[in-house]
Order: sequence, then C-alpha cells, then structure tokens
Amino acid sequence: MDGNSTMDTATTQQLTGAEIVLRALADQGVDTIFGYPGGAVLPIYDAIYAQQQVRHILVRHEQGAGHMAEGYARSTGRCGVALATSGPGATNMVTPLADALMDSIPMVVFTGQVPTHLIGSDAFQEADTVGITRACTKHNYLVRDVNDLARIIHEAFYVATTGRPGPVLVDIPKSVQFAKGNYVGPKAIEHRTYHPRTEPQDKRIEEAVAMMAGAQRPIIYQGGGVINSGPAASEALRALAKATGWPVTSTLMGLGAFPASDPQWLGMVGMHGSFESNNAMHDCDVMLCVGARFDDRVTGRLDAFAPNSKKIHIDIDPSSINKNVRVDVPVVADCGKALAAINKEWKRKVSRKPDLSGWWKQIDVWRARKGFAYPNSKTLIKPQHAIERLYALTRDKDVYITTEVGQHQMWAAQFFHFDKPNRWMTSGGLGTMGYGLPAAIGVQAAHPNALVIDIAGDASVQMTMQEMSCAIQHDLPVKIFILNNEWMGMVRQWQQLLHGERYSHSYSDALPDFVKLAEAYGCHGIRCDDPAKLDDAILEMINTPKPVLFDCRVEKAENCFPMIPSGAAHNEMILGNITGDEISEAGKMLV
Amino acid sequence: MGRSTRSRIPAKDGVRDDPASAYDMTHADEGVEQRTLACIVDNEPGVLARVVGLFAARGYNIESLTVAEIDRNAHQSRITIVTSGTNHVLEQIEQQLLRLVPVARVIDVTNSTGGIERELALVKVAGVGEKRVESLRISEIFRAHVIDTTNESFIFELTGASQKIDQFVELMRPLGLVEVSRTGVLSIQRGKDKAG
Repeated sequence: MDGNSTMDTATTQQLTGAEIVLRALADQGVDTIFGYPGGAVLPIYDAIYAQQQVRHILVRHEQGAGHMAEGYARSTGRCGVALATSGPGATNMVTPLADALMDSIPMVVFTGQVPTHLIGSDAFQEADTVGITRACTKHNYLVRDVNDLARIIHEAFYVATTGRPGPVLVDIPKSVQFAKGNYVGPKAIEHRTYHPRTEPQDKRIEEAVAMMAGAQRPIIYQGGGVINSGPAASEALRALAKATGWPVTSTLMGLGAFPASDPQWLGMVGMHGSFESNNAMHDCDVMLCVGARFDDRVTGRLDAFAPNSKKIHIDIDPSSINKNVRVDVPVVADCGKALAAINKEWKRKVSRKPDLSGWWKQIDVWRARKGFAYPNSKTLIKPQHAIERLYALTRDKDVYITTEVGQHQMWAAQFFHFDKPNRWMTSGGLGTMGYGLPAAIGVQAAHPNALVIDIAGDASVQMTMQEMSCAIQHDLPVKIFILNNEWMGMVRQWQQLLHGERYSHSYSDALPDFVKLAEAYGCHGIRCDDPAKLDDAILEMINTPKPVLFDCRVEKAENCFPMIPSGAAHNEMILGNITGDEISEAGKMLV
Repeated sequence: MGRSTRSRIPAKDGVRDDPASAYDMTHADEGVEQRTLACIVDNEPGVLARVVGLFAARGYNIESLTVAEIDRNAHQSRITIVTSGTNHVLEQIEQQLLRLVPVARVIDVTNSTGGIERELALVKVAGVGEKRVESLRISEIFRAHVIDTTNESFIFELTGASQKIDQFVELMRPLGLVEVSRTGVLSIQRGKDKAG
C-alpha cells in the first residue's frame, strides 16, 4: 500500500485484503477513522501503518470509537468510520450501532473476524458478529472472499449514506485480510435490490400544498431528517417558513435546522419541549411533519395527539409513514427535495401570504406563560442558569454541542440555541448515556479549530470518561461541562414524581474528584459552585487550549420542566412544582 | 380459488394483544386478519435470518413460512409468509420488510388479483378393516396420492389450499391419523406476467 489514490481507480490490481480496506477508504474520501487494534485486525493495522492518507484516532474502548464516528458524521454530514477487532471489540460496538440506527447516522464499521476456517469453532475472540449486529445495523456483511471485499466496502458506504442513513458493518476474517485479491474502485453503484426513493411524487406535492393553503392554525413539525438531508434542506425549510408565515417546532434531533433566533421558532416539541410548541401542536389544524417520525417522546398520548388536525408527512422511509400516527398526505421523498417542490408549488398556487394573525395571537398567549422560567438563585448555580451562561458566553464562537442523556440533555436542548444545522449532537432515539464525550472528540477531529463542548451529567460522563485519554493523545481540546448534581437526575426526577420518592440507587455515591481526575489524565480541571464566579470559570474553560473538564456544582434537587407526563396529552403539560398526583396510574406504566 | 377465505378475529376486550408501543392506543379496535406475503429476496447468506429476525424483533406473527431459491442466475429466492395482525400492523410488516436491503419486493398475495396459494402435505394414517378402506376412499375425493403403503398404513400426498388440507386431516383423525408433515404455503400469481 502506497496510499496513492491518484491511480486510475477503475483498473484492477492485486492487493491484500488489508490494503484493499485502506485503499477503499481513501477512495471514499475518508480522512479519519476511530479504532482499537486487536488480534483479528492486525493486518489492517499494518496497512494503516504504511500510509498517511487516513488518520487513525486510537480510542480507549470500542464504544468510544463508534460514538466518535457518529459525532464526526453528524457534524460534517459525511460518513463516520470506526474499526474494531473481533469478539469483544465487535460486541463493544453494539451500542453505537444501535444508537446510529435509531438516529439515522451514516456510519461504516469494520470488524475483524477469526480466519474463515475457524468460523464456528468457538475460536479465541470469536463472536457471531453479523448475527449479533443484524438487528442494530441498516445492513451488514461477512466477507468470505477477498475478491468481494472492495465491492462490499463501496456498497457499504453507498447503503450507509443513501436513503434513510444508518450504520453498516463489514466483518472481515483475518484470512481475508491477508489474502491477495482484486481491487475495484467506487464506480457508480447500482444495487440489485436497494433503490431508495428520493424524488417526491408531483401529485402528493399538489395535495400537500392544497391542504396547506387552507390552513388556519398550521404548524411545521420538523426533525433530524432535515439535517440528514443536508444544508439545502435547512435552506428550503427556512424559505418555506418565510413564504407561509407558519410557526416551526422541532424534535430533539432536528434542532438547528431552523434558526432559534427566528420569531417563527416555537422551541422544541415533546415531553420536555416548550409550552407554546406543544399547545400549538395540540390545537393545529394542519401539521406539516418533515423528517420526523412521531416518536413517543414527541406525541405523548396518541389518541389525544393533535386531535383536530390534517397531517402531511414527508419521510424518506416509507415505514415511518402511518407507523405511530395516521397521516392524510404521505410524501415519500428526501426532505430537501420535497421541501423544494413544496416551495415551488406554493409560489405557483398561493398568491399571497395567508393571514395567520389570529393563530399567532394565540401562540403569543402561550408564549407569555414562559414555560421555561425557573426561580434563579444567588447562592446555588441553577443548571438552567449554567446553560444560559454557557450559551451567552459562546455566542461569538464557532461552537458545537454534544450531550449525554438525562436532565442536562433536556436543559441543553431548552436553553442552548442553535441557528445552524449540524451543531447539535445528542443521542435521541436510543438515549445512550456516555454518548457525549466520545461524540465531542469525533466532532473535534472533524473541526479542529472549533469550540466543542460536551454538556454532561455526572453519571453519564462516567460511562465513557476514559476517552479523556484519547482527547489528550490526539490533541483534541474538547470541553466537558458537567452539570454535577450528584444524582442520576432524570432517574431521581421520575422516582420523585412516579415512584413515591423512593430514591432507589439513583444517588451517585463515591463520585470521583473530577478536577483531580482531569489532572490525572492531563486535562485542565475547573470546579465552580458559586453563581458569582460562574462566568469567569466558563471563560477560563473556553480560553484553555486543551481538553477541559468543568465540574459545575449545581442545585441538586432541580427538576426538568415543563413536562408532559407519560400517558398525557400535549395540552396537559406541567409547568413545574408538581407532586406526582398529576400522573395517572396508566401513565406510570409507560417509559 | 385464488383467494382463500379469511377469518376476522375480533381483538380481545378491544385491546390488541401486542401493541406496537406502550403509547399505541389508536388502532386497538381493529380486527386481526390473516395475510399471505411473498418476498422476492437476494439469495445471500443471512437473508432468511434478517426476515425472521424482523418478525421476532417487532413482535409480528409467523403462521407459516416457506423459502427456496427460484432463480439461480439472478440469485433470487421467494419467501412466502403467512402472518396475521390488524390492518395497521400488516401494512407495517410490508414496509418493514421493504426496508431490508436484500428484499427486492413484497407481494400481498391475499389482496392481489390472481394470487394463488398452495400447500403440500404428507399424511400418515394407520388402521385395518373398514377404517382403512374409508381413508382410501376419502383420499380419492381429495385427489391425494398414496406414496407409501403397508398392510396397516398409508401415506397420502396432498396439495391444495391450507383449508383443504386442514379438512383432510380432520377427516383422517378418527380413521387412524398418525402424523402430518406440511410444507407451509407457497404462492404465485395467475396470468402471464412475472410477480411484482
């Protein structure tokens, strides 16, 4: 392997399987992979050693490699790539694969496998990787013949990045890595059975616009699909909002596709979304759902979900349509293409902007309730205040935010605001604690000069915090901003509200001294528990040119509001200070 | 004969046995029906596991399943699955199958015009005297073939719609039914065109 991809990629040449992997990566335009070596991938590591084109970032646990690839992918719009060995390396990769599948993140994962003649013999570090990962990948492959390897890798990238994106795994036995075979380049891939539909049907667009034109109380409910579709989709969304004057809300995954600074922005929808967006969803008469999937965290109680509305649903995955909620106009297409078509049709059909002043007046009434208001404190740092200060002090920076999962994640979604897509990386569907720190490293690897902050909780961050070592080794100066309340906050909140204040195993006893821990890893550690010193401490974090771990000691018993309790409807939102009686017995059964 | 009769089993207490999510209450009053789906798939390793795994993972029923290669050069197999669920679940099954990368197309045999379903059964009946004669007589009515015989037993080979086989098996029960082996349902479309 000479790492020279300027050769004619169409010509066939003999390379080892390991060389084919690196050559294919280079030809796919991959500049960074995240991985961890082991017996069954040593030939690939030899090939990595012999080239300069693809940078390898050594992680501390394979789960970290997967989440880094996700963060890389989500922040760039390109495919993330991770590499792990057989057996435990592959099983450690299962969580990020499941995470990427739920959140539709394009990712190609390579795993080593025992030599083909040992497969099925319970060999050392053997696991049925394709069997284990079948349910948590969009597709996977076990490569049995080195002559299939190049084609399969190119196909894997094609499947991962087209249609509804997702993770694809390629399992390569060690014997195939050693064997010599033909390399083929990434010619135009024509898959035999896989043909995602991306162009909307004209008829559906006409139906959608006809329905939209008559709307009195409309809303755009937008999701991560708009971000996955690329920057053009976000632009088309903004243009549509401008042309129609419609209010816009978003799922957790879709934050940033529409600017939070726009007056038509209602804030996030769903369980911990804004009061105005949830009430607008409930009362709307026409809903345009773009690249979102009516997840249970968004809809709440289904039989009371937007009960008097007609619904238009744009999704690239036909199985998302009518899955949880029946819709009136299904549009199976790429979000960007469908939005562009709707914009065009709207211009053609609708002569002037509809008068929605009555609807906006109602929305302003809901806004005036100030659902995100919280009593601030002069003695204790409120977690909401910490995020607000973090946002205020980073506004002029090129900033990317990742999160772990829990209360801090919801506060980040509520109080940190995004005007651009690809700036917000969070584990939405799977809800993976431990996602944020490795994801931040992946983002930083793609954007070396940006300010990358993992807004973390003290419990979540401990799940993958060994990756601080990775950040130090590769000079990736991520900032880990821990809202430390010494609890698994969301678990504690649910136990308080739903389980009679029985705080079973949710207190983080024996927390480490995070500042000393940071120093032990070679990071800079900061601790702050005084609201008066918070700004200076945040500025110190921002201005430190290396990885920083910020132990932000916050109010311990703060709950995350507003909240739609499980089993309740959008207009039954709780604004704060509740006792638990508001939640029905049936609701307590739900997750 | 192209369309077999379908029973509509009302959901118990108006609640579906296996709701797709804890929040799903909107489709609970729909009836459960049976449906035959044919999937044309790329015959690659693991494709059957993907299809079966999908049914297991999402809690869908499989009442019968047959699979075999149908075109060696095109590497294609046909998987015929008899499943049941509410109309909403059956729609989801079809769409979820289509999400699988090696699935080329899914045919709703039950609701397509000219869908034909056939099953093959081997039925062993043991007995002597009048019962033995009676079983042979009934087998002629059903156009079953005798493919093995001893002084005390027959093995009948029978093809037809599943209901016909059910009926035959019931008739054989009092006449000395020993055991039954069935292929599960195969499907094809009437007319000159290829499926899909």
